[in-house]
Amino acid sequence: MSDIVLKTENLTKRYGGVHALEGANFELRKGEHVAIMGDNGAGKSTFVRQITAVEQRTSGHIWFDGKEVNFTGPIEARTAGIETVFQNLALADDLDVPSNLFLGREKVLFNLGPFSILDRKYMRKATEAALIRTAVKIPNLSNTIRHMSGGQRQCVAIARTATFASKLIIMDEPTAALGVQETAQVENIIRTLKDNGDPLILISHNMRQVFDLCDRIVVFRRGRIVANLRKQDTDGNDIVSYITGAKTGEAELAA
Amino acid sequence: MAQTSHGVGGAGYDAKKRAWPAEINVFLALVILVVVFELIGRIFLGDSFLFNTRSDVSAIFNEARLQIIILQVSIVGIIAIGVTQVIITGGIDLSSGSIVGATAMIAMSFAQVATVNGNPNPKAMFLAQGWTDLPVIVPVLVAIGCGLFAGLVNGALIAYTRIPPFIATLGMMVTARGIAKWWSKGQPISFPTEGFAAIGKGLMPVIIFLSLAVLFQLIMTYTRYGKHCYAIGSNEDAARMSGIKIANHKILVYVIAGVLAALAAVVLSSKNLTAQSGMGVMYELDAIAMAVIGGVSLSGGRGSIIGTVIGSLIFGVIISGFTFLRLDAYYQEMVKGVIIVGAVVLDQWRQRLRAMRA
Repeated sequence: MSDIVLKTENLTKRYGGVHALEGANFELRKGEHVAIMGDNGAGKSTFVRQITAVEQRTSGHIWFDGKEVNFTGPIEARTAGIETVFQNLALADDLDVPSNLFLGREKVLFNLGPFSILDRKYMRKATEAALIRTAVKIPNLSNTIRHMSGGQRQCVAIARTATFASKLIIMDEPTAALGVQETAQVENIIRTLKDNGDPLILISHNMRQVFDLCDRIVVFRRGRIVANLRKQDTDGNDIVSYITGAKTGEAELAA
Repeated sequence: MAQTSHGVGGAGYDAKKRAWPAEINVFLALVILVVVFELIGRIFLGDSFLFNTRSDVSAIFNEARLQIIILQVSIVGIIAIGVTQVIITGGIDLSSGSIVGATAMIAMSFAQVATVNGNPNPKAMFLAQGWTDLPVIVPVLVAIGCGLFAGLVNGALIAYTRIPPFIATLGMMVTARGIAKWWSKGQPISFPTEGFAAIGKGLMPVIIFLSLAVLFQLIMTYTRYGKHCYAIGSNEDAARMSGIKIANHKILVYVIAGVLAALAAVVLSSKNLTAQSGMGVMYELDAIAMAVIGGVSLSGGRGSIIGTVIGSLIFGVIISGFTFLRLDAYYQEMVKGVIIVGAVVLDQWRQRLRAMRA
């Protein structure tokens, strides 16, 4: 139990009569990279939204970092150490890189309420460290990110998760809007996270990416987890069968 | 590949990639404007716009003109400091001129003397209550209270009812003007105490304006409040997801704008030694114009107090320049309008150009 970072039991979410998520049992171990796959509307994003408390679950239990948790909102989840890279980048275009990394949790030199003086030197240093840790290349940290490429921006968003010694990183289709080269850049960062032992949940439609980056693949279909497979025990065709429903029933990991 | 030349901060820095601050462009515009007036003056009038031409005064510059340039924009400039913060968060404040009117009336009625030339002050609002010859802190605090209240209403309306700032502050603009007229049933309020009159005397408005500008420039650059202003104006959803309390922040921004408008009212009524219900009409638009000319983006997220101060100086130079060239005040208004639109168009072009280069 001690090496389990995240565990959900019977996680269920209903919107009125719609069963978006039914009895999801999920486990994530330390240092593990798990992919979540499935069709649109299969419940992938719903699952993540319950964990990050963007929405409140209908029923079920969540354990994170060894204790049962009931986050009331995404900020609480983030404070506990769950970092999410959103599908729509949560970045402020007119701020520079350190300001974006520390957005909403600025390091403060003197506490004067809203007029607290910022520790700009520290935030800059920490930003440089985070960029080195994730091997992200940004031409100039003091420039606003408005005119940076999609890849660079996504890298900033991911570097943000690395700044705060997060215990779990969730990425919701981080390369969906990126070109080939930029996708490679983001994938390199994800490999760096793996080398650092940071656990990750990656939502992706990209089969090659999933097999390249993840240890385990969990398939959602119609709100249920229908497969939970180790990478070496499966292949692309097998996964597609589960995604489309050609193969059914919960495929469990061989112990 | 371009990326190979990029470092991760430190040694591999690409210094050329550093953005050119918009304030420098605005400052260059100010310099060009001064040079143009100087040249026209030298060629057509045989007089200098900026430099001292009197032989009986030993000074390099025409100090009187320099003082007027900044003095005449100081009071609206104080308002513009607050308006700049509002615009940076992606809002707009149309109520500042009316807040000036209402606050001037209310504050002045607590700053009056009891007797004028040995007779009871004919204009005293609270003569019967004996609220005359009060220490100067009383009307100043009353003014700050008025600005705080007006800003609180603006901010709460915008934050909680989610109506557009344009509408909320338009409502305040009309209401506050109504209060200004109702307060003394349209009568001017005059004869302030000496202490109150000292606030707007001589170059005091300039000193107050520049001190507040420096203070808020520092706040916008070095505090969490400033950072969040830019974040909210830049991407409100991102700011919310990052845990910034948007509603509280917006209320604070409008409160600050309201208080600054109230301070402008104190300076203005003190300088004029009277308060009238029509005070501050159109000030809100002049303040917005100063900010926009100074490079503050109406779509939020971009701009600075320094930019607005330079924008206000451009305003001052134009007014003084036209007087210097003995052109009618009518032309000033017309040119002002053209410059405001021109500044926004230029800013759009600059943004598009930068987007293309990137």
